[in-house]
Amino acid sequence: MPYLEESYDIVVVGAGHAGCEAALACARLGLETIMFTVSVDSIALMPCNPNVGGSSKGHLVRELDALGGEMGKNIDKTFIQSKMLNESKGPAVHSLRAQADKQDYTREMRKTLENTNHLTIRQAEVSEIMTKEGKITGVKTFSGAVYHSRAVILATGTYLNARCIYGDVSNPTGPNGLQAATHLTDSLKANGVEMFRFKTGTPARVDKRSIDFSKMEEQRGDKKIVPFSFSTDPDRVQKEQVSCWLTYTNEKTHEIIRANLDRSPLFSGAIEGTGPRYCPSIEDKVVKFPDKERHQVFIEPEGLYTNEMYLGGMSSSLPEDVQHAMYKTVPGLEHVRIVRNAYAIEYDCINSRQLKATLEFKNIEGLFSGGQFNGSSGYEEAAVQGFMAGVNAAMKVKGREQYVLDRSQAYIGVLIDDLVTKENHEPYRMMTSRAEYRLLLRQDNADLRLRGIGHEIGLVSDEEYERAVQKEKDIEREVERLEHANIGASKRVQEFLERHGSTPLKTGATLAELVRRPELDYFMLTEIDDKMPELPEDTAEQVNINIKYEGYIRRQKQQVAQFKKLEAKKLDVNFDYSSVNSLRKEAVQKLNLYKPMSIGQASRISGVSPADISVLLVHLEQLRHKGL
Amino acid sequence: MIGVDTIAAVATGMGNSGIGIIRVSGEEAFSIIKKIFKKHGGKEWSTDDTYRAHYGYIYDEDELLDEVLILLMKGPHSYTAEDTVEIDCHGSVLMMKRILETVIKYGARPAQPGEFTKRAFLNGRIDLSQAEAVMDIINAKNRYALKSSVSQLRGKVSQRIKSLREKVIYEIAYIESALDDPEHISLEGYPEILENKLEDMIREVKELLDSSDTGRVMTEGVRTVILGKPNAGKSSLMNVLAGAEKAIVTDIAGTTRDTLEEQIQLEGINLNIVDTAGIRDTDDVVEQIGVSRAKSAAKEADLIIYVVDASVPLDENDEHIIEMIKERKAIVLLNKSDLETVVDRKELEERTGQAVVVASAKEETGIHDLEEAVKTMFYDGKIDFNDQIYITNVRHKTALKESYESFMMVKKSIEDGMPEDFYSIDLMNAYEMLGSIIGEAVEEDLVNEIFAKFCTGK
Repeated sequence: MPYLEESYDIVVVGAGHAGCEAALACARLGLETIMFTVSVDSIALMPCNPNVGGSSKGHLVRELDALGGEMGKNIDKTFIQSKMLNESKGPAVHSLRAQADKQDYTREMRKTLENTNHLTIRQAEVSEIMTKEGKITGVKTFSGAVYHSRAVILATGTYLNARCIYGDVSNPTGPNGLQAATHLTDSLKANGVEMFRFKTGTPARVDKRSIDFSKMEEQRGDKKIVPFSFSTDPDRVQKEQVSCWLTYTNEKTHEIIRANLDRSPLFSGAIEGTGPRYCPSIEDKVVKFPDKERHQVFIEPEGLYTNEMYLGGMSSSLPEDVQHAMYKTVPGLEHVRIVRNAYAIEYDCINSRQLKATLEFKNIEGLFSGGQFNGSSGYEEAAVQGFMAGVNAAMKVKGREQYVLDRSQAYIGVLIDDLVTKENHEPYRMMTSRAEYRLLLRQDNADLRLRGIGHEIGLVSDEEYERAVQKEKDIEREVERLEHANIGASKRVQEFLERHGSTPLKTGATLAELVRRPELDYFMLTEIDDKMPELPEDTAEQVNINIKYEGYIRRQKQQVAQFKKLEAKKLDVNFDYSSVNSLRKEAVQKLNLYKPMSIGQASRISGVSPADISVLLVHLEQLRHKGL
Repeated sequence: MIGVDTIAAVATGMGNSGIGIIRVSGEEAFSIIKKIFKKHGGKEWSTDDTYRAHYGYIYDEDELLDEVLILLMKGPHSYTAEDTVEIDCHGSVLMMKRILETVIKYGARPAQPGEFTKRAFLNGRIDLSQAEAVMDIINAKNRYALKSSVSQLRGKVSQRIKSLREKVIYEIAYIESALDDPEHISLEGYPEILENKLEDMIREVKELLDSSDTGRVMTEGVRTVILGKPNAGKSSLMNVLAGAEKAIVTDIAGTTRDTLEEQIQLEGINLNIVDTAGIRDTDDVVEQIGVSRAKSAAKEADLIIYVVDASVPLDENDEHIIEMIKERKAIVLLNKSDLETVVDRKELEERTGQAVVVASAKEETGIHDLEEAVKTMFYDGKIDFNDQIYITNVRHKTALKESYESFMMVKKSIEDGMPEDFYSIDLMNAYEMLGSIIGEAVEEDLVNEIFAKFCTGK
């Protein structure tokens, strides 16, 4: 019998990276929010890699920060090494990655949550969702307590019916031996939610004292550290960093793996879930790329106050004895002592097709979800979904319009659109190649793209917003100046050009034309441009990028204009497409399955052809005339 | 797809008729015509002078293409309710194509099947009650175009495009996996490698482009299939029509084991003639394949010529063919009229429900009658032949050109020392364009290629 009846505006199930962002967003927007976790000690836990960011994931964190999320601020407080990846490549693919002190990360996030008004943290396993006439009404815990709410956000991560596996050992626990949640799946299924079973894995953690670092290459952090958060003062994050280390597997390692494949639950069939291709176990890599003589192994510290080290690149579900044997073949790990075994983990998640782009379930009003529960992978992917789910749940409760970022606005938009529009057969990871307008979606301009939206939502302060507005104005003014400032072929200019290996001028040129030369950039112009205003470094960087890659940027902006037209044509998510006779059968099936929110989304569904889109456009027009 | 970009297409049928009309619609229609049309006598003219025929010439840069009449219609007072230009030119297929290509060169793009109608509807020019019909037109035209696009693409061309695409996606995947996982995959020295590979890609596209002009990319014309039981004289007929000994003719039944193709011009009509293996029940495996190809060729045909051997009685093989050509556009040729005739013409006419022409391919008699019959059907509009093919061909050419330009952009990026991530943007564009020719979308190709070919990830 239910014995405790409490009411909240919002219930958040889970306190991982998605749950934390969801709960913070809702509470900060003034809604009474309760967040459930199976263990308060594991709030914002990083059960796998000890870092935040990386290629395209760094973009997600910057975007989240611009919108008013917490992850960027939290990693700025707790990182122990920082790197800008791809610095030698174009600005669109520069990406921040920071090693975290895991315990510190967890502690800091918990502190923030505990000091946020309107937010209640509760340790309990949510076992049921409660609905009435297709609407969410609250949740019930395993102990029978009832919590009424106007919206529920599910962010259960990898905990639903979780099973950790290595060799023939199979533990019915969540990550790190934490208690799994074993009841909620049934309740979801009973409410018509379609579930998938996915799998992922993690490598062993080993004792630092048992590693011979002299046989490894040291990987240091950047000399100049760029913070994740636009609100963090760069001067305050310049600190001493710890190193990671690089070593390699070899033929011996691979031999041991090959000889024991029959004992791997992956190949014996004991694991039924679908694993991510981008994060393969070492045995996967050896099988799939037999010609590769060695694979990289990154040794990463788990924190400052622990000797545990993470063996990046060697996740595995081989039996314990095989793990010991194979790790010991790696140079520097000859005498390694394992602290925690590598394991694979299987868990329940949903077919994300069931969600709207707002992350609300199509068939259960008021039920939202985010993170690995939605079939994604990664802390950053989880965090941004949790945030968007939180924002939209809050908007719903407040009766305000919900927010959908589109593919031209943010990686977050690409991620969510992919999840709800494409067939997803493995844990989804963000990649820069998934973003078709990536020249516009840079990590360096996330504030310019998204501060306004964050401010409108109510999670970005006036001051932070004004800063972005001012920055934009400064950039525009300076670009304008450079495009029109002519410079003659004076001796000083010719000498400058010669010094930088650039062809001398025959006649005059604009300063912008000089910036566009491959061997020059905006910053070099200080030598000849006396009128250059003093701009903050990040503003100057924007000026440089905007001028240097102007041609490409303009092209992508044109593409975006086309794209936006189709996004703006809204479709009714309750529409039955079988009533449109001229659509091909396959298109009808797919459209009825996905129920897209716009013509643009419809056009991205596999199996819907351009001709079908034309037919839909005509149909829409017909409806409009009829005043429907 | 929607919006104000400018589209162009041939508005008349693509047979070689007296007059052809090229229609251009969209925001840039007027500015394009201004660039390519010169008024007779070099007189000044303005695009404000609408709803009046202007007499003059179409030029592609300095090259005079044709003497034409043009008519300008200012939106919304046009079929599509957009600025529209109609160019009346001489009706030869080659000229219409040439002018269409010129219009495209100056900024229009080839219209999608049914797109003028779609725009007319979306801009409120077509009555609401016709919405269903409009959707059907779009659907039917696209289906037809798709069919032609794939079936008309010569096998080798589609193979070449496929293998070129595979090369392109490999390079993109390599670049992207290095961007995603810079610590595993390095791009050091890669620009030089790509530059070399790019030369091959550029050469390949160039070759395809060149061949698209000589018609080696697409087969164009009325797809005519010759059917008949073995030894009815199909190959002899084809040879007579083609004027050369292309098919092997013997008096052994079952000589043609595959399908042979030949393009002929019949008083301005392009016939793309396919000679097929004779249709009969057979145990010979090779011949069986030929027979099944003949049947599928017949299914795709715009016109079927059914050759009957007049010297032997109709048998079950004929029954079978008669069944196949029912309700199809077909001409029955009662062949071997030089021999003793046992098949009655009247009876044959009744059983097939089609016109019967008496001829002898061997003696070359009655061939003129056959040609007349084809012409009559064509000019009476009875042959519902696939004029989308010409448009498709222009569309393919445009796609090839665009992929060529994309490759050139990559080349330039490499020369300019642009970062590697810029290469993949243009490579992807080329990949997409090439895919549009063989009817393949991009979907998850890249992600799949990355994971299949490169070992990335933590």
